[in-house]
Amino acid sequence: MTGALETFFHEVNESLIMAIASIRTNKLRSILTLLGIAVGVFSIIGVMTAMGVLISSIENGMTFLGANTFQVQRTPAMMTGDPKEMVKVMNRRNITYEQALRIKESASLAKAVGIFCYLNSQKVVVAEDGKKTNPSVNVSGRDIESFLANNWIIDEGRLFSQGELNSGSHVAILGADVVKKLYPKSDPVGQTIRVDKHKYQVIGIVKSKGSVLGGDNESFVLIPLSTFFSIYGKDQGFSFKVQADAMAIDDCMEQVRGILRTARHVPPAAEDDFSIISNDSLITQFNEFTKYLKLGIIIVSSIALLAAGVGIMNIMLVSVTERTREIGIRKAIGARKINIMTQFVMEAVLLSEFGGMFGIILGIFGGNAIALLLDAQPIIPYDWVLIGFLTCSLVGIVFGVYPAWKAANLEPIESLRYE
Amino acid sequence: MNNSYVINLQQIKKIYDMGGAEEVQALRGVSVQIGKNEYVAIMGPSGSGKSTLMNIIGCLDTPTSGLYEFNSINVSEMNDNQLAKVRNKEIGFVFQTFNLLARSNALHNVELPLIYAGVSSAERKRLAHEALEHVGLGDRVHHKPNELSGGQRQRVAVARALVNRPSILLADEPTGNLDSKTGDEIMVLFEELHTQGNTIILVTHEEYIAEHAHRIIRLRDGMIEADEIVKNRKSITTE
Ligand SMILES: Nc1ncnc2c1ncn2[C@@H]1O[C@H](COP(=O)(O)OP(=O)(O)O)[C@@H](O)[C@H]1O
Ligand SMILES: [Mg+2]
Repeated sequence: MTGALETFFHEVNESLIMAIASIRTNKLRSILTLLGIAVGVFSIIGVMTAMGVLISSIENGMTFLGANTFQVQRTPAMMTGDPKEMVKVMNRRNITYEQALRIKESASLAKAVGIFCYLNSQKVVVAEDGKKTNPSVNVSGRDIESFLANNWIIDEGRLFSQGELNSGSHVAILGADVVKKLYPKSDPVGQTIRVDKHKYQVIGIVKSKGSVLGGDNESFVLIPLSTFFSIYGKDQGFSFKVQADAMAIDDCMEQVRGILRTARHVPPAAEDDFSIISNDSLITQFNEFTKYLKLGIIIVSSIALLAAGVGIMNIMLVSVTERTREIGIRKAIGARKINIMTQFVMEAVLLSEFGGMFGIILGIFGGNAIALLLDAQPIIPYDWVLIGFLTCSLVGIVFGVYPAWKAANLEPIESLRYE
Repeated sequence: MNNSYVINLQQIKKIYDMGGAEEVQALRGVSVQIGKNEYVAIMGPSGSGKSTLMNIIGCLDTPTSGLYEFNSINVSEMNDNQLAKVRNKEIGFVFQTFNLLARSNALHNVELPLIYAGVSSAERKRLAHEALEHVGLGDRVHHKPNELSGGQRQRVAVARALVNRPSILLADEPTGNLDSKTGDEIMVLFEELHTQGNTIILVTHEEYIAEHAHRIIRLRDGMIEADEIVKNRKSITTE
């Protein structure tokens, strides 16, 4: 038994050497064929790598959500584009201040609940000397726990005082991008800024967390919640961000969901009429969102691989014809059918795998270009690398079998006579 | 039937159907027995069926009818794998046109039968080297066929035919593509191989080459015309 196994490995090894030699001697033709495979594998690995980078950057907490926090808001972070779903979401009632307060009071598992309210439109911020930001600044009203829930650290200046929060003072804390734009050289603390017609005194700036997913989401102005009410009214929609202990985050989420459902009178069987956004839910939504993209890529790649497989079959048939005499010689000196078969299938598989490897390497580099763009950690999608590799091996086998079978069944004397 | 024959042919016929009513009778009932350590020359004019007969003996071709026993085993009852095994282990075939793998060097060409015999790599290298030394090509092992002379190529082919220590060596006009001096060198080699105990069947149409054999079988129109023992055997010497 071990003898037979040894002979088999031996044969595989020999076929491998022979296959490599014959690929070498037909370099150009082989390269053209394996290019087809490479393209198919490249597209799939490239896209999967890029998505992997995005997912891992979400996982690494490089989003607006810090570690162990989740955010509750009226609408989901991403929508699939299903019109029915959209209508449903649009008809949801706002989260009211009272509901948010109720969470703050009753959610015992939460470490911090930051309530905030923001405008649907983004604003231009003007400095005293007339410098302006782009109209892309988010203005939001905040309570004190928002800073905890967001892991915002005051770099310079100070937080809102309780007095300022109660009285609705016109004070503001700036995000790093606004500071960069308006006060590139000077100290912003103590300066006055203007948003719409309203003036605020800058009392602090939030320490930059570094660029996140390439966006300028440190382009914000924070004002006390009460100030926000007095200017923009209290019937805006509220969102709140909850921070919990790592161990208790799931329980905390359930608790918050329960309280909010009760507060909003959601019937027991009905689904939530609000959205809880966590890193996990972001990944789920991202996957949902990109499901069709993935499917499309898989279909396109499959077609490319199928075409490449036909190419391999073609080149192998030519190869069999060209090497009829060689096959005859091998048979004359004792090659069995299985030997010839193994050799040609192996050659097709190798051809396919070389192409696949090429595609995998290109795909990993191509897909990680997005990591470079986002300043994220590059990744290697091992599962897809394996799938890609196995798929092209399979392509080699499937499309190599017929030519190999043809070669194996040549009559020795006929093939020796072949000119 | 005497069981000591290596080759036993009874009424072997080979008919090529050329389509329609046309057919070529390449062999028309050949019966012959060849024993161990014989040195037989097959002679005859072109088209008399010499190659056809050799291919059948070498298990490369199958007769239309007749009985062929190789070492007392009926060849027509063998399956593909058994035939491959006989071709691999029992028969060494030397062709007029050498039939070496053009892309492989001498060593690999000689190794090939050992690969199919399942011999391990180190042992293969050793045996192939030995066989090439034996035919006087110990210093040409890494040359490809196109880097070798005709005579050297045929020596590689002989080394390949012998490397698995077959029961019988078949050679179909092995000197046909060589000049007479190189041809003689190959004949010297066969003579040596015979004295070392090899059984040899050789096709030639040169009388002076045939005279080195012990027995001459003459074919004409697919039939045996004469089967004679050589009385005054000549020994080949090359000056
Ligand atoms: N594959 C074939 N198809 C048809 N006829 C063949 C084939 N091979 C050989 N022949 C015929 O059989 C006869 C014997 O051929 P062959 O054995 O090659 O002769 P020799 O080797 O003695 O010159 C010839 O008439 C030849 O034309
Ligand atoms: Mg002939």
